[in-house]
Amino acid sequence: MSFTLLLIQCLNGLQYGTMLFLIAAGLTLVFGVMGFINLAHGVLYMVGAYLAFAFLNLTGNFWIAALLAMVAALVFGLALEHFVFRHLYTRNHLDQVLATFGIIIFLNELAKVLFGAATLSIPVPALLDGSIPLTPELNYPVYRLAIIGVGLLVAALLYGIVSHTRVGMLVRAGATTPEMVNALGVNIERLFMIVFGVGAMLAGFAGVIAAPIFAIEPGMGDNILIVAFVVIIIGGIGSIRGAFVAALLVGLIDTLGRSLATEMTGFVFSPSMSNQIGPALASMLIYILMAAILIFRPQGLLPAKGTA
Amino acid sequence: MKVKRNELLVSLAAGLAMGACASAAQAEDLTVGIVVTLSGPPAALGQQIVDGFNLALEQKQGMLGGSKVNLVIQDDELKPEVARQKAEELVQRDKADIVVGTVFSNMLQAIFKPVVGSDTFLISPNAGPSTFAGENCSPYFFATSYQNDQNAEVSGMIANEEGFKNTFLMVPNYQAGRDNVAGFKKTFTGTVTDEVFTPLGHKDFSPELAQLATSGSDALFTFMPGGMGVALVKQFAAAGQKDKIKFLSVFTTDETTLPALKDDAIGFLAAGNWAPDFKNEASEAFVTAFNEKYGYVPGGYAMQGYDTAMLIDSAVAKVGGDMSDKDAVRKALEAADFTSLRGDFKFNNNHYPVQSFYLLEIAKNDKDQYHTSIVREVVKDYADSFHQECKM
Repeated sequence: MSFTLLLIQCLNGLQYGTMLFLIAAGLTLVFGVMGFINLAHGVLYMVGAYLAFAFLNLTGNFWIAALLAMVAALVFGLALEHFVFRHLYTRNHLDQVLATFGIIIFLNELAKVLFGAATLSIPVPALLDGSIPLTPELNYPVYRLAIIGVGLLVAALLYGIVSHTRVGMLVRAGATTPEMVNALGVNIERLFMIVFGVGAMLAGFAGVIAAPIFAIEPGMGDNILIVAFVVIIIGGIGSIRGAFVAALLVGLIDTLGRSLATEMTGFVFSPSMSNQIGPALASMLIYILMAAILIFRPQGLLPAKGTA
Repeated sequence: MKVKRNELLVSLAAGLAMGACASAAQAEDLTVGIVVTLSGPPAALGQQIVDGFNLALEQKQGMLGGSKVNLVIQDDELKPEVARQKAEELVQRDKADIVVGTVFSNMLQAIFKPVVGSDTFLISPNAGPSTFAGENCSPYFFATSYQNDQNAEVSGMIANEEGFKNTFLMVPNYQAGRDNVAGFKKTFTGTVTDEVFTPLGHKDFSPELAQLATSGSDALFTFMPGGMGVALVKQFAAAGQKDKIKFLSVFTTDETTLPALKDDAIGFLAAGNWAPDFKNEASEAFVTAFNEKYGYVPGGYAMQGYDTAMLIDSAVAKVGGDMSDKDAVRKALEAADFTSLRGDFKFNNNHYPVQSFYLLEIAKNDKDQYHTSIVREVVKDYADSFHQECKM
């Protein structure tokens, strides 16, 4: 593998990582602050993508569609919180898992009923529809660079809000000692609603920006949810900083692993063996990392302050 | 599914009221069970099969071979245990005379025993694993589609004919993916620059595309069904690879993914046993009727669903609606005495079709619909490589 290829793969990993961060950020807050297991978080990613598709067909403009989709995702998240999740906060985790799993099934089927089972796609917006030649053979799409930029921007924004505003302070306090926050007269219900709405919007936003490069289909959020859980476990539950670092780490490890594993195992095993082992090993890497974290540093890499 | 059955009954009643086939009304009902994948990302494939089958049934006024059809449609959810359970229900509770299924080979493996083991005829409208083509072939199993390896083998031939010297292979890391790589390498005479196995269901191909770009390949052969294919093609185009590297695939750029791919896939090559612009009267009529009824261009899956219904129609007519004499029914099915949308149709000794394969190219029709289009015949009357091992 040449040096330029390695650089390109790092760029790819970075891009995957920022996408993961957008999803994991909401998940880690909801899980950390509210102690609520929301399996339906991944499905919000799908909802965002479908909303972008629907609004694009309606308006014909990607930017307006993206904005509308984000607002709609926020409203949708708030509605979910109000009608379903609110009644589950005090229940045990099994009930939460069952209810949110039901929402996954329901929304996946709903998407199929409304939009059909076939895969959909939307075009990349004209403004970002170019590519930059990185090497003579390979162009890097501007859109992917934009994703990295937007992801970093959102990360900075979230970090600013969480560590330097009053709401952020409450969120952090809620993550460590929710009873205390409640006892001090803070409207914890409203706080939960805000956190949940923002989380839903971020997941929806990830869906919107994923729509032009990936496939829009029922169930598209199911796989990414698993990786998002891996990210928040590695990063430390409830920690935005942890989610950010872990998302980039997982993105890089997964991407580099996939392109290097077969070559690496090739040193040890025969080519046909390494063809079998390499890809399998590459898919396992992030889970191996998670297992290692759980053994050696169960609180995660950068746990939210104050949690044990 | 209840709704579907009721609809069917209504149309049946209407057909009978009009006095059509009054004599056949006395004939025993024919129960046909369909097990295909109708949920999750690959649901579009199963839907095409069901739509194709239903179109044939509608054209025959709800009768196949003169018998009133009681159609039961089941979703296998792409889970082997669900497929098995649904198949058992069809055989034991619904007393199905014929079971039609499945889309995916691993689902077929799951329902094979319960169906064939109870001496019920099983007809696959898509899945064609090698498992049942060789020594484990069954007198009760038929495939109206193809044998899985064939499309990849034909792709290898296409790569040779098109003069591809260095081909990069990329498939999902599971059995069908590896089968396609093996099939391609069996016939391809050039150099394989690299074989890349991606996680099944993964949608971000940028690392693999970077590998492809720097591998010095002049062509890519891939098998990425459903959403994976959509993501791959779009990212392939976005990375500016379209002018530099030829894209040859099976089950990637087909009628289930083209509505999403649009112009990104124009000019891409594929191997297949049929395309909607196939020059044949029956096929043209089918495509028009299908497009009118369902509003999309039928792909190979729909064609195979239609052909399966027509095969059943011909066999049931031959035995006069009497499904109890299994040997007679088998002989009638083996005869394949129906007009396939692919023209001539015949079964090999292992009950897999012997058929021609074509080079397909992605094109756009005058209604702005994207579809596969036949460029030329690559191999005529191509039999699979397992049929000699089948003794029955």
